[in-house]
Amino acid sequence: MITETKGYMSVSFLISQAKNIQIVIDENAAEIEALDQNIGDGDHIFNVQRGLKLVVELENDIKNLPLQKSLNMIAMKVLSGIGGSSGALFGTFFMSMAKTPDLDRNIDFNKACEMVIKGINAMKERGKADVGEKTMMDVLIPVSEKLNELKSSNVDMKEGLSEIIKIAEDRMLSTKDMLATKGRASFLGERAKGHIDPGARSSQLIIDTICKSLINK
Amino acid sequence: MKKFINNVDDFLKESLSGFGKAHSDIIKVNFEPNFISRKTKTKEGKVSLISGGGSGHEPMHGGFVGHGMLDAACPGFVFSAPTPDQMQAAAEHVDSGAGVLFIVKNYSGDIMNFQMGAEMYSGKNDSIITNDDVAVEDSTFTTGRRGVAATVLVEKIVGSLAENGGSLEECKKLGEKVNKNSGTMGVAFSSCTVPAAGKPTFDIGNDEMEFGVGIHGEPGRKREKIQPSKKIVNNMLEAILDDLKLQKNEKTLLFINGMGGTPLTELYLVYDDACEILKSKGIEITRSLVGNYCTSLEMQGASVTLLKCDEEILKNWDAPVHTAAMRWGM
Repeated sequence: MITETKGYMSVSFLISQAKNIQIVIDENAAEIEALDQNIGDGDHIFNVQRGLKLVVELENDIKNLPLQKSLNMIAMKVLSGIGGSSGALFGTFFMSMAKTPDLDRNIDFNKACEMVIKGINAMKERGKADVGEKTMMDVLIPVSEKLNELKSSNVDMKEGLSEIIKIAEDRMLSTKDMLATKGRASFLGERAKGHIDPGARSSQLIIDTICKSLINK
Repeated sequence: MKKFINNVDDFLKESLSGFGKAHSDIIKVNFEPNFISRKTKTKEGKVSLISGGGSGHEPMHGGFVGHGMLDAACPGFVFSAPTPDQMQAAAEHVDSGAGVLFIVKNYSGDIMNFQMGAEMYSGKNDSIITNDDVAVEDSTFTTGRRGVAATVLVEKIVGSLAENGGSLEECKKLGEKVNKNSGTMGVAFSSCTVPAAGKPTFDIGNDEMEFGVGIHGEPGRKREKIQPSKKIVNNMLEAILDDLKLQKNEKTLLFINGMGGTPLTELYLVYDDACEILKSKGIEITRSLVGNYCTSLEMQGASVTLLKCDEEILKNWDAPVHTAAMRWGM
């Protein structure tokens, strides 16, 4: 992939993305809540909103800190402030990103991909969920795989990001016809079919927002 | 939504604060991170038991902190698992050196957060996972059966063993036995409203019931028309008996648990029906528990739990307990 040596994944990048995501999630809150009430218990949207608010509020505490330290602070904030599955999973995501080596150097696009891939792998491990189980991992794992592919290819970055937007959307929609085998929806059996997984929808919106903002940069 | 609320964001904090004041002779509520601990320090050599989960199931788990039961409980937001820092802080606060046993209900969020809490805690610790709900098919590839009302029995029985000097390994073993010997089936007549959501979790018709409901209003096995109590209780017991494979003359503890919105009058009627049905099958009831112990906010409904008892279980069930929600023998 052709990389630009701009500051991807800087602390200010993280904060500005959190603000963008907050707007998009708020706009789609009613839809996500309704999806969760169909197959879950309705808490997912509040957890995601609470988490985003906490991260945005951290701005003044982390804006002048090194990236690794900021990521760890975000991780602890998310982990202790959200609760439920989302808290543990997103907390794990940031905690693992912080463990990527050489974060004190300039983060190019490949390095940023490496961080996200590492974070998603750790979520997969923590939640013990794989593709096809009607969870947010149905969106995140294919995105991570695509990032890995793009990282070592010569595809134009913007083209690559557009492909990721498409993958996330397709995979989010594909959860509709799945049976759930993990999480609370798994208790529904056949009745979970016909409903998009709320975690897959919120994850897709997050990916969509980040990719679009990078494309329009 | 009609509830006693001042401000949705303060709901949990204010409820915990009231709990702390009402039971200041037994427990202490610690804030940020939130956990409820016994008023007195864990005695040296005693294994500490810590449970927790989303709030909205009161008296579970805070109401079970005290002599003969839990050492600490970690309440999450309503129906959301507590966070790892709560478990870490609770463990650091109560562990007297004999180790910590975490008692976790089998829900994905609880499992993940307790796992992380256990990883963050440097002292000796182990966990047991309860999964007594027979409404859900168990499989190694799925989340599996939910941990519901039998968690109360596990906490009481293991709590007694820990109080009497049982080691971490022995406590874990007994907890796993109680869990394995228990089966629970729940039925809901109405939904419940999570304060942050402001509206009922699911819609249900006036003449309908959710058979096999979980403790968060998450749907169960099937939606059915409501039937006479005897019929409902019979269907619940059949599912449990099928799972536990009880033999004739086997001793059991029969636990009728209210979901929060069903009066005790009805719970005792359910108990009566269950007694009659079990008697006809030759199953002996040696102990009983009836009341609202593992609730789902204001949901109308009940769960039936049967626990197959041996001498060890009975001895520890009968042992003294003094908590906000359960007290006998002292």
